[in-house]
Amino acid sequence: MNEEIIIAGFGGQGVLSMGKILAYSGVMQGMEVSWMPSYGPEMRGGTANVTVILSDSRISSPILRKYDTAIILNQQSMDKFEQTVKPGGLLVYDGNGITRHPERDDINIYRVDAAEEASKMQSAKTFNMIVLGGYLKINPVVTMENVMNGLKKSLPDRHHHLLPLNEAAIKRGTEIVQEIATV
Amino acid sequence: MSELRLMKGNEAIAEAAIRYGVDGYFGYPITPQSEVMETLMDLRPWESTGMVVLQAESEIASINMMYGGAGCGKKVMTSSSSPGISLMQEGLSYLAGAELPCVVVNVVRGGPGLGTIQPAQSDYAQAVNGGGHGDYNLIVLAPSSVQEMADFVELAFELAFKYRNPAMILSDGMIGQMMEKVELKPQKTRMSNEEIAEKYPWATTGKPSSRERNIITSVELDPYAFERFNNKVQAKYKQMHKEDVRFEQFQCEDAEYLLVAYGSSARICQKSVQLLREKGIKAGLLRPITLFPFPGVELEKLAGQVKGMLAVELSAGQLVRDVRLAVNGKVPVEHFGRMGGVIHSPEEVVEALEKNFLKG
Repeated sequence: MNEEIIIAGFGGQGVLSMGKILAYSGVMQGMEVSWMPSYGPEMRGGTANVTVILSDSRISSPILRKYDTAIILNQQSMDKFEQTVKPGGLLVYDGNGITRHPERDDINIYRVDAAEEASKMQSAKTFNMIVLGGYLKINPVVTMENVMNGLKKSLPDRHHHLLPLNEAAIKRGTEIVQEIATV
Repeated sequence: MSELRLMKGNEAIAEAAIRYGVDGYFGYPITPQSEVMETLMDLRPWESTGMVVLQAESEIASINMMYGGAGCGKKVMTSSSSPGISLMQEGLSYLAGAELPCVVVNVVRGGPGLGTIQPAQSDYAQAVNGGGHGDYNLIVLAPSSVQEMADFVELAFELAFKYRNPAMILSDGMIGQMMEKVELKPQKTRMSNEEIAEKYPWATTGKPSSRERNIITSVELDPYAFERFNNKVQAKYKQMHKEDVRFEQFQCEDAEYLLVAYGSSARICQKSVQLLREKGIKAGLLRPITLFPFPGVELEKLAGQVKGMLAVELSAGQLVRDVRLAVNGKVPVEHFGRMGGVIHSPEEVVEALEKNFLKG
């Protein structure tokens, strides 16, 4: 198993922490992992992305040009990363603020309206966990048990009371993800 | 008890320093390595192991604090990124001149000048050629994973003390900022003053009646005496080349073309080797782990086997010079690399190898 993922969106959407939780879940599952952020003077409102690789064997390059999966959370990222998904790969996106929907016909496309759902749940910060849930429903690379273990490791102790809320958000994501097109 | 964690390279350096029993860290913040000091401050080792962590007023102050600590036989380290490392060069020359062991971490960013905060490998020449004035070299280790960031703290100190010479961990923004799985070693106890006095008789640990004063200095005005000193230092560098060259080979056994790359670029090149082999091109990778001492002998051996070598680095061509010196014209050596914080993709490396050796 070797899954190469790009997660891209605005700074402040929890892109980097979503990647970290996914990577930590991989560690909990005994996999090799890498997490490579675009770093820089980015802050809330700027663009942010992270490459996460989960693999059964030693990982070579942590920086890639093509991905098995792209998780896309804003229009700029759609413009930049839609074409980087390998044929037969997976694109998961949040429809909020998307003006040009994905057009590829050689990849699997799913939509998870996490921003809308987070607002319904009155917890904007769970947005990224709803997205993660949607992705894991389509591609269960790690078990839910290991995701929760990874989440626990990623969150500082003082935030551990938020674990049930995050678990609920992940579960909600698995329920609302919808198929747009498959190959 | 060892422990498995997901960490950034910079965080791994800090954790490993505490666990190895480092006595003092002196530094000044700069992107992309600020997490080293941030992690140290967060972990508060002065309350557990007694390690000193101090944010100095500048890089120049940091390196001179290192001189003081190292002179006392303490295990001292600093970290910075390219512009900060340039500021430390005078101090590094003095440390080498006074034969003091210490560890300096350079999480390289693109230059020249204040440059960019993105990764680069453009400080190679500065690192392997000493960097400051005078005939000296640093022991230079190039980690290519977060695990090696942690492991090389210990290795760098072992080598620095073995040779009484400063050691540098030459990393970059990519290895510093990325997260991977790391196995951390168990906590070691810091050496006591008595142990230091016994193990390092050269250190200024207080003068007992049994010996003369120890003097830590890099000045010697008698040219003949100073030439003798220089000869002694050069002999250490020869010994390093005999005993402490480290490298890793990746699919070199039947290779017809060899990529030579270190650190982050070596990670990218591993993928390039896979891609090249999928295309039926027998490529291999030699990854120098010690950049000084350089694995020139191994490259010379491979020069008899391969049709061409491509040095791949995030710079205009610095590593490539050492590769060319090592093979001495036996085989064509070309260079490929992006600059200014741009990171080459595995595919670009494939294209560069094909362009240089397989087309036209």
